[in-house]
Amino acid sequence: MEQRDRLQLLLEYANELPALPERYREDPTLLERVEECQSPVFIFVDVDDVSRVHVFATAPAEAPTTRGFASILVQGLDGLSTSEVLATPGDFPQTLGLTALVSPLRIRGMTAMLARIKRQVRERIAG
Amino acid sequence: MTVAFDPAEKFRSYARPERLVSTGWLAAHLDVAGLVVVETDEDVLLYETGHIPGAVKIDWHTELNDPVERDYVDGTGFAELMRAKGIKRDDTVVIYGDKSNWWAAYALWVFSLFGHEDVRLLDGGRAKWEADGRPYSTEHPNIEPSDYPVVERDDSKIRAYKAEVLAHIGNPLIDVRSPEEFSGERTTAPAYPEEGALRAGHIPTAQNVPWARAAADDGTFKSTAELDAIYRAGAGLEDGDSIIAYCRIGERSSHTWFVLTHLLGFADVRNYDGSWTEWGSAVRVPIVIGPEPGEAPRS
Repeated sequence: MEQRDRLQLLLEYANELPALPERYREDPTLLERVEECQSPVFIFVDVDDVSRVHVFATAPAEAPTTRGFASILVQGLDGLSTSEVLATPGDFPQTLGLTALVSPLRIRGMTAMLARIKRQVRERIAG
Repeated sequence: MTVAFDPAEKFRSYARPERLVSTGWLAAHLDVAGLVVVETDEDVLLYETGHIPGAVKIDWHTELNDPVERDYVDGTGFAELMRAKGIKRDDTVVIYGDKSNWWAAYALWVFSLFGHEDVRLLDGGRAKWEADGRPYSTEHPNIEPSDYPVVERDDSKIRAYKAEVLAHIGNPLIDVRSPEEFSGERTTAPAYPEEGALRAGHIPTAQNVPWARAAADDGTFKSTAELDAIYRAGAGLEDGDSIIAYCRIGERSSHTWFVLTHLLGFADVRNYDGSWTEWGSAVRVPIVIGPEPGEAPRS
């Protein structure tokens, strides 16, 4: 895939990031800030009655790269079982072919998002 | 031939008024031959969401830096980049971007390392362009590759290395990071923890003047009088001073370098791009913690 196509795809992901459900919009304290990201991005993980994982994220429109990263994780992980999410390799973001395109530094933000999602899944299982 | 300067009243009191253009001037000059508009943002995708019609994108991270060593591209690399972007050596380049032109100023400084003569900033950057209600385009411009010559980078005048900073302690040194980073409460910029250092604090005798103090609320540069109050009256800089500015990786201090050099007219200002990510991890360099500049170490 051409570099420009990859960027375009990431932008499409950014545009597809679903808006937060009403219940989370009303209580921003539920959301966890991903400190490793340069732009303010917040994530929240929910595990439903049949152990399926639901991932919610929000990031500002002027941070499309961050939105794209969050959207890839939301679309890729939402609906998986807790064990499937926990089995996702921690270096998954480095395997997308984006590292050279967006720089290793920026990819670290996505790695941090994934780590926080997995940690929240563990907390929900334990909790 | 370079394009005529923006005669805006606001710019006249700056030392180098020709280094800035206003949004109105740019909108009226977009089709002028010899003018290339460049967008440089922190976010690598922001350009794709919409940019000033005809603007080309240069990413500071993936295009201005050497991909292997911690350094900028060399003369060949810069020439190849300029050719690919359709920029000629005698073109007027207007750079703009997000975050009060923080990254745009960084790109301008790198252009200056290669001696590109006419390179300007759009006062206020993206935020001002948007606030003025001016249009964006998502079309990629048709670029005609240029014949930009290979010009070797000149690091001697506006770039400082660690050893030079070490020798400079006690002379005017401006730390443009946040007060928390300066005092040593944190090693990273708020929200930038991935660009850390092993030790916290600042270079002895440095004055803390956070970069954003030079920007007004709308992202444009403050007036000469306001800038004089910050840098001359506040930080004690005087004409004739040799000044080094630094931050974390050299981007925020590029913004300050632009202000000191082109707006206030200081003749000898260097940007220490190694900055805190180098100094704060280097072995046996002096560090001061706390809010005061501190003393130069006794030699």
